[in-house]
Amino acid sequence: MTTLNSNIPSGPLAAKWESYKFNTKLINPANKRKYKIIVVGAGLAGSSATATLAELGYEVHNFVFHDSPRRAHSVAAQGGINAAKNYQNDGDSVHRLFYDTIKGGDFRAREANVHRLAEVSVNIIDQCAAQGVPFAREYGGLLDNRSFGGAQVSRTFYARGQTGQQLLLGAYSALNKMIGAGAVKSYTHAEMLDLVVVDGHAKGIVVRNLQTGEITKHNADAVVLATGGYGNVYNLSTYARGANATAIWRAYKRGACFGNPCYTQIHPTCIPVSGDYQSKLTLMSESLRNDGRVWVPKKKEDCKKAPQDIAEGDRDYYLERMYSAFGNLAPRDIASRAAKTVCDEGRGVGETGLGVYLDFSAAIARLGENKVRERYGNLFAMYHEITNEDAYKTPMRIYPAVHYTMGGLWVDYNLMSNVPGLFVLGEANFSDHGANRLGASALMQGLSDGYFVLPATISGYLASQNPGKRPATDNAAFKQAEENVQALTQKLLGNKGKRTPASFHKELGKLMWDHCGMARTKAGLERGIKLISELREEYWKNVKVSGEGTEWNQSLENAGRIGDFIELGELMCRDALHREESCGGHFREEYQYTPDDPETKQGLVNPGDVKRRDDAFAYVAGWEYGGAPDKPPILNKEPLVYEEVHMSTRSYK
Amino acid sequence: MKITLKVWRQKNASSPGGFKTYQSPELNENMSFLEMLDVINEQLANGGEEPIAFDHDCREGICGTCSCVINGKPHGPHKGIATCQTYMRSFKDGDVIVVEPFRAKAFPLIKDLVVDRKAFDRIQHAGGFISVRTGAAPDANSIPVPKEAADLAMDAAQCIGCGACVAACKNASAMLFVAAKVSHLGLLPQGQPERYKRVKAMVTQMDAEGFGACTVTGSCEAVCPKEISLDFIARMNRDYGVALLKGESKQMAGGGAG
Repeated sequence: MTTLNSNIPSGPLAAKWESYKFNTKLINPANKRKYKIIVVGAGLAGSSATATLAELGYEVHNFVFHDSPRRAHSVAAQGGINAAKNYQNDGDSVHRLFYDTIKGGDFRAREANVHRLAEVSVNIIDQCAAQGVPFAREYGGLLDNRSFGGAQVSRTFYARGQTGQQLLLGAYSALNKMIGAGAVKSYTHAEMLDLVVVDGHAKGIVVRNLQTGEITKHNADAVVLATGGYGNVYNLSTYARGANATAIWRAYKRGACFGNPCYTQIHPTCIPVSGDYQSKLTLMSESLRNDGRVWVPKKKEDCKKAPQDIAEGDRDYYLERMYSAFGNLAPRDIASRAAKTVCDEGRGVGETGLGVYLDFSAAIARLGENKVRERYGNLFAMYHEITNEDAYKTPMRIYPAVHYTMGGLWVDYNLMSNVPGLFVLGEANFSDHGANRLGASALMQGLSDGYFVLPATISGYLASQNPGKRPATDNAAFKQAEENVQALTQKLLGNKGKRTPASFHKELGKLMWDHCGMARTKAGLERGIKLISELREEYWKNVKVSGEGTEWNQSLENAGRIGDFIELGELMCRDALHREESCGGHFREEYQYTPDDPETKQGLVNPGDVKRRDDAFAYVAGWEYGGAPDKPPILNKEPLVYEEVHMSTRSYK
Repeated sequence: MKITLKVWRQKNASSPGGFKTYQSPELNENMSFLEMLDVINEQLANGGEEPIAFDHDCREGICGTCSCVINGKPHGPHKGIATCQTYMRSFKDGDVIVVEPFRAKAFPLIKDLVVDRKAFDRIQHAGGFISVRTGAAPDANSIPVPKEAADLAMDAAQCIGCGACVAACKNASAMLFVAAKVSHLGLLPQGQPERYKRVKAMVTQMDAEGFGACTVTGSCEAVCPKEISLDFIARMNRDYGVALLKGESKQMAGGGAG
């Protein structure tokens, strides 16, 4: 068992971060350069952390498996970034952003972390604008905003449909400046394959050079993981194909607890699956729901008709009907489940019946096609390229797809895991989004962690470590980790199996979607655990890897990552099975509101909405490795204490 | 549909390379080009042959990882579309499709269709930034930016750094890429203090990397998946000229009298 101490500072919620910063130990400038920090990952969190730590004077080494930090998957975020600037004078505030995020996460996030996130959000926009991020502007030259799901104010800043790209290029430019100045050593095409723990502290990593296959050891005074989420466990997702869980999974196997692995976000507006060759699902930004109306036919027999031939009265605008206050801007988990419900009723559209319409005809009539084109032109073009359909003329067809993982390595208020010296940022940690993330909050969290939180919290840990005394790479723990990586590589290359890694990934993805997807049951999860553990056994007997270890070898890279996904998939099912409640993105069919519940009768919720069980499950599940893949993991709990907010029923009606 | 793939295979930079021909199994026209390569690779791996190495990641046209010259054109047949968003419906049953890597001296080959584009990063290290320390920024609305300037900067900033411009150019020039980077920052008020220093540093590094000169044939603009305009090259040339006329800025000693 491990004790998960959140280390939340004392004092009133709104004053915690200020007083924390004052009370944290600082390191004098002459000593800072004696500390070496490894940052793994170069997305929003990794790049911003690396640049900022280097500005502060630390020696920083950054590792990324891409050929360039600029290609990290943050680049693909479309819609925007939230900040409590209240530039629109529409009633926004730090407290409102905090509250919306806590409520959006279905009261399963830590209050103190979320409040800090909301406070820091305003600094992020200042920082990015100063770096030259070309945010959308009004004609007066001031910043423009749009609204996003789960909020009734316009607090989202954006750069056309490419906000993630522009924010990443901003963080990358800050990183470039420090690389150019010699303050950061940047390793690209470098994949972390193990964490080195010396006397209980994270003190280094083992890395494979993807171009040469060379395996090297790197020591440091602290290790920071900013390696993103693990949605590719499902194979089909909106993630980049290379996005993987290997860094956090190998850290888990070295003792870091995994927080809430079952909290997965299924995004409501993605292009539906078209065939079994499919390698990825494409997101259509949630911002489209500002102007698009979601509907399906009221009658099953209309589903195969052309949408234009279905009369207005025969259309069911189900989000507007079910959630009148938020309508088409209902949060993602709710919108996704509603789409699944209407499709399960047989009212889905498109060839597979797994799709709903996202219709812009009302917006085009109201604003004109040009205005719609200006707002969403690139998204309409992308939709056309993929489906060969013109969304100006006919409604888009969309369906939910795996998009984000709220779970991740457990961290305390310092963003430090239970392994001292190991920090985890961005999507790779579990911390700020509870059981469901609101739109435009991932970019906010990545940059908050990297620019502002970690640079302030890491000094507290470093101050407890003697400067210049980190263990050398000839230490036994480094040798053991290197041998571990070598052995795994040799095992994969030497396996005389018959099936490609990709075929296992497909099978795993289907198992996960069927048993641990949008709706979960006890029986389904138990079956999923059994089937996935069988798949794991088959994998190590029957996987076939092409090529050699001393060269560029994508088959080998994938084989390692997929082996980890299989184990993680099993843990996700175990977590989902143990959490006998529904909350946010985690929906257990056994726990939903019925027409007879008082909340339903009061009109707060709809029958079928998620039903939390705060008496039994108001905690973070921090899973600890059992020592071997076939040994059950150990459950540790961090109770969630709400001092400021009342844990109410989450209503968007 | 079925196609014949003629693809460049090369073990590494020091081994000789050549075309190999593969017959595809039955394909669906709604498959993406890269999904077609996935299918061929599964077929190769199952038959005991090494899969074709190709670069890819986001598969939605934004990360700039995918490359490939398809039938002689970087990123394939469509204007403004990257390889990853090219679909098999762009080809016909029975087509022979020729696939090669991006070729340029400054992009050394790694394997098959994968090349090393780190030269682009080194150009950015030289000056592709506005110097602003974390925490030192003023309130975002204290620097108004005319909408036209912000929109034009965004047009340039859309560059995904894929290198198609270099691959298409007979001189393997990186001018469109560098011009996009220089213009994005140079068009904004925040980018003015370092505007001329930046352009000089980035152009110098571009030349040091071995990219060729620009002879304004416009092939870069024609293949750019983000349709970055050639106008930005003219803009960069102007800034570069001004930077040369301004000469080296005088180094001032830091510190005060105390």
